[in-house]
Amino acid sequence: MNWSAMIAFVLVAGSAGLLLGFAILRRKSSPAFREIPAFIRLRKAIGRAVEDGSRLHVSLGRGSLTSPQGAAGLAGLSALRRLADLTSTSDLTPIATSGEPSLAVLSQDVLQASYQEATAGGHFDTSGARLTGLTPFSYASGTLPTLRDEHISANILLGSFGVEAGLLTDAAERQNSFLLAASDYLPAQAVLYASAQEPLIGEELYAVSEYIHHSPMHAASLSVQDILRWVLIVCLLLGALLKLAGLL
Amino acid sequence: MKGLISTSVAIMAGLIVLVGYFFQIPILSDIRNLILDWAVTLAAIMVFIGVLNLLSINNSRIQTKQKGGFYSLILVISLLITLILGLLFKPGHPVMNFIFYSVQLPVERSLMALLAVTLLLASIHLLRRQPNLFSVIFLVTTLLILLGTAPLPFGVLPFFSDILRPFVAQVLAAAGARGILLGIALATLTTGLRVLFGVDRPYGGQ
Repeated sequence: MNWSAMIAFVLVAGSAGLLLGFAILRRKSSPAFREIPAFIRLRKAIGRAVEDGSRLHVSLGRGSLTSPQGAAGLAGLSALRRLADLTSTSDLTPIATSGEPSLAVLSQDVLQASYQEATAGGHFDTSGARLTGLTPFSYASGTLPTLRDEHISANILLGSFGVEAGLLTDAAERQNSFLLAASDYLPAQAVLYASAQEPLIGEELYAVSEYIHHSPMHAASLSVQDILRWVLIVCLLLGALLKLAGLL
Repeated sequence: MKGLISTSVAIMAGLIVLVGYFFQIPILSDIRNLILDWAVTLAAIMVFIGVLNLLSINNSRIQTKQKGGFYSLILVISLLITLILGLLFKPGHPVMNFIFYSVQLPVERSLMALLAVTLLLASIHLLRRQPNLFSVIFLVTTLLILLGTAPLPFGVLPFFSDILRPFVAQVLAAAGARGILLGIALATLTTGLRVLFGVDRPYGGQ
């Protein structure tokens, strides 16, 4: 095993240990994370959607699960499950759109699992999960009719998006519907910051599940991220100091 | 029971691939490569299933005469024509290139141009939507970069293009971008671990 693989192994194994440790420690008490206003407004939007019988629309982006962008898709799927559970009392199930076939299939599976759990095995309408296009702009233009015609009151864009997300944010604004958006791609984050009602920056994309509905493992994963972030900061500062001293 | 089996299989496959990445044990590497090959094959099959999903959704919109059903009809016809031509001529054939360069590319470029206008309007509305210091910094940075990059009728602006734009883009923006990317990398790691532990189950585990 070379040095970089060894460091990666220590990082992964250490994170796994910390994750399990924190999850066990925090089974009964939930840690206090900083308030993110976007999530407060998201909870309100979910409540409004359930009350007035409108729909949630979750768009999962184009991050293939066989690529590094897959994690953003997985975070989106995890949030979709929680959103579907939260709106299970509503007349209309959420709609999930994606620009990547594996995400479309998995989103159908997630929606179906949530629906059947809520209705004890009721018949699930598979049209709730859709592949809207296979290229960036065909995906965006295929998603636009969903935003416009499906009685949507809240849109949640969570996943790997490119700059085409700007077309979706514009359409949501024209419909006066709530919009929370996050991407793992930096240019898309700039576009979302300028155009989305509630943009999330950086790793906030991966924290959505915990902020929507608390679970020990999700809370533990946020704590582990915080610890690793401090470790990285210390390493960076040490590296800079050693470089200044001429030792590196 | 179905959930338990799918979760066990997913965890097992994830662990084998992860351990096979760190430790070069021949049998483990062989199984890891086999699983990765299966994943690639499955991803290709997913494309086919995804296209069927696209056809099915648009077909139901046509049959139930929903709003926008006409566009769905155009989509279904175009998809079928392209599919048949693709099967007949194979990718790279002049007919397929013609479809790509004469239909797909111009339409996507038009949408890109539309996006430029949309983003300009969004930037103008940014201060109304989020009246805070960060929005001001965002807009001022955008203007500085534009002044240092945009082709102007009287040539380039010396101070903006030589000093200010490289400093903002290569020092300030790069530092911020690296910070965000490190945060995303750490979150990716913990997301992967949650899936590996079977806490997040995007594969039908109920």
